[in-house]
Amino acid sequence: MAAELGHFALILAFCLALPQAFFGLMGAHWRRPHWIALANRAVAGQWVFTLFSFACLSYVFYQNDFSVLYVAQNSNSELPTFYRFAAVWGAHEGSLLLWLLVQATWALGVAAFSGNMPQQMTSRVLGVLGLISAGFALFILMTSNPFLRLWPAAPDGRDLNPLLQDPALAIHPPMLYIGYVGFSVPFAFAVAAMLEGKLDSLWARWVRPWATVAWMFLTCGIALGSWWAYYELGWGGWWFWDPVENASFMPWLIGTALIHSLAVTEKRGLFKSWTLLLSITAFSLSLLGTFLVRSGVIESVHAFASDPGRGLFILSFLGVCVGGALALYAWRAPLFRSNAGFAAVSRESFLLFNNMLLVGATIVILLGTTYPMFMDAFGLDKVSVGPPYFEAMFLVPMLPMVFLLAPGMHAAWKKASFDSTKKILGLLLGVAIVLALAVSVGAYGWNSVMTVVGLTAAFWVAGAALVDPISRWRNGHSLPASIIGMSVAHFGLALFIIGATTVESYKEETDLSLKPGQTTEHAGFEFTMTKVEDVDGPNYQAVQSEVVITRDGEQVAVVHPQKRVYRVQKNAMTEAGIDAHWNRDLFVAMGEPLGEDAWSLRLQYKPMVRFIWLGAAVMALGGLIAICDRRYRKRVTVDEGAAAAAGAKTA
Amino acid sequence: MTPRRRRMTLVALIVLGVGAATAFALTAFQDNLLYFYSPSDVSAGKAPADRVFRVGGMVPEGSFTREPGSLEAHFVLTDYAHNVKVSYTGVLPDLFREGQGVIARGRMGADGVFVAEEVLAKHDENYMPPEVADSLKKQHQKPPADGPLPTT
Repeated sequence: MAAELGHFALILAFCLALPQAFFGLMGAHWRRPHWIALANRAVAGQWVFTLFSFACLSYVFYQNDFSVLYVAQNSNSELPTFYRFAAVWGAHEGSLLLWLLVQATWALGVAAFSGNMPQQMTSRVLGVLGLISAGFALFILMTSNPFLRLWPAAPDGRDLNPLLQDPALAIHPPMLYIGYVGFSVPFAFAVAAMLEGKLDSLWARWVRPWATVAWMFLTCGIALGSWWAYYELGWGGWWFWDPVENASFMPWLIGTALIHSLAVTEKRGLFKSWTLLLSITAFSLSLLGTFLVRSGVIESVHAFASDPGRGLFILSFLGVCVGGALALYAWRAPLFRSNAGFAAVSRESFLLFNNMLLVGATIVILLGTTYPMFMDAFGLDKVSVGPPYFEAMFLVPMLPMVFLLAPGMHAAWKKASFDSTKKILGLLLGVAIVLALAVSVGAYGWNSVMTVVGLTAAFWVAGAALVDPISRWRNGHSLPASIIGMSVAHFGLALFIIGATTVESYKEETDLSLKPGQTTEHAGFEFTMTKVEDVDGPNYQAVQSEVVITRDGEQVAVVHPQKRVYRVQKNAMTEAGIDAHWNRDLFVAMGEPLGEDAWSLRLQYKPMVRFIWLGAAVMALGGLIAICDRRYRKRVTVDEGAAAAAGAKTA
Repeated sequence: MTPRRRRMTLVALIVLGVGAATAFALTAFQDNLLYFYSPSDVSAGKAPADRVFRVGGMVPEGSFTREPGSLEAHFVLTDYAHNVKVSYTGVLPDLFREGQGVIARGRMGADGVFVAEEVLAKHDENYMPPEVADSLKKQHQKPPADGPLPTT
């Protein structure tokens, strides 16, 4: 019964998305306040029904109703309750329903927090969001219905993929989706501005918090995925340049460019059409990512099912969204000319470089990710692009970007002189070089020039990020949230670079064979395998070894890596034993039994690896602080309100 | 320098930078392209002798051997027409097992044994790397049937 109710609610949600789109767009076009009000109601209704549908799916999972095909495929009576809820988005159909719920929630958010915006703008934005919702609801109903019944019912389910039975991975998809889907809001704003033919600083001020929130969630989602891959896949790597990771990283890079470009549009009324283009691109890349992951053109743990019908639908949807938006752009972009100028050295040019380099990095990744697919599609060679390409090429735009960041933060709008900050920036650069040499040569030993360059960049950015808040605080000037947010986010980037540079330069990894009672030395630590025993989990059996780690005779840690076999899917899973410390991880993963009690073990020493995720978290925190800025909460200005009222009267 | 001249210098510098970056990108791209070959291709001598490439196929039952206590493993990859012997030292992926499709990345040794640097097998029992499925199809062998429930 619950499944049918859920299915029915989903159809109703689709039916409400259509009037939301129609009355939202046409109500604004013909200036009919009643239609606009109707679109607002449709948003609320759509959200309620989508939430109900989602709750129904959660309920059938909770009930272990194996007469529902999707539940039978992705759950099991032995699955712990927590993971039964996580299993709702553990595969394709349910994760799309989650997508739709997130989409509806964003629309509800826009409707709720639009008090400072003219009604017509809000209405157009909601209309565009309604179109996107309708597309996704149709996609679910036509190709990926999670409520289909299985007859006769399965006696038990096939279980959730053991890789996904993990707390970090349970919240990774929602985070990522909130980010992906969040970029539909700037997209909708861009389309609305183009329809309206008007784009000013106020528009940029409305869009900025939405873009920043989407970016924040995407940052957290990507970081969680990276963290999960690190401890769950058993390889100890934190980024693999896997097509699926790239698919989430490209919208992030463009989203980063977008929030910087929006700053210029808000403050100076420049880069207008560029900002529009970035808004369109960020959401297009989110859709492209979905297409890559869902269509089965690439294979990975994420590619739940390869169904050409689904791929075709998303590709058509992508074509309609992007094609429509770009056509509108080609038609309307000439309206958004700005005539303000800026000097070659100014905040504007630094942000221009930031944008160019971020887009450059995106192109590098896009090329490496899609080239093998094109080759395959045209029946040419089967190729893949190795991580060394990405590792080398990603640095080409990113290194100059990071070095431009330190002065860029202190450049004035219009024309920057650096008279007052020259001294402090130079001093900080000197300190950064000394620190980088001290860390790389002094603490860890010489590795390469790139290590020193990377650390110098990180320390310089970290120092430069603090200059402005500290000097404002000491001089008793006001310290708006947007400045604190910017400084915190840039400081987070510096932490990330410290982590990434150090771990990639000084990690020590080895595979070896060890028997209980044997000791081996690795990276200055002694690893002793004391015992190997069998343990039982709720839905798996495991072989667990105990490894005692000592340094100079003193015990540092005891870790318990496991090799699990889940009872239903019979897949072996590695559960790494990790001793985490602020400045290093010791990572022990079990391989396989080698005979005569011996096991293959993977031992890793990962200096500063925690800074990678800490840095990402601090970046997201910076975003959170920035959106708390007071000016985003200001009501609409007098003439804006008057104009909107006049518009309503003529209707 | 006049402003016009300064602007031209800036443009020239940017063009130069973008050009250099593109050249670097294309070289890095060429160097890191990994080609995929089936065991039949390898037997026919199509695979390069001096470059890293990927070879994929099924691991037949009973072909996996390892010295007790040693990390060095030997197995065979087949497309049911030709075989390639593979050696690999290190921890094998969780999903590696006989009777399943895997992909190995490495180079051809002088003795005709493929020395793998990495072995990929990240699929469940119903699934096969698409490259492997394709090359099996070419050899007129059907991939194994699906599990008890239909996959969507």
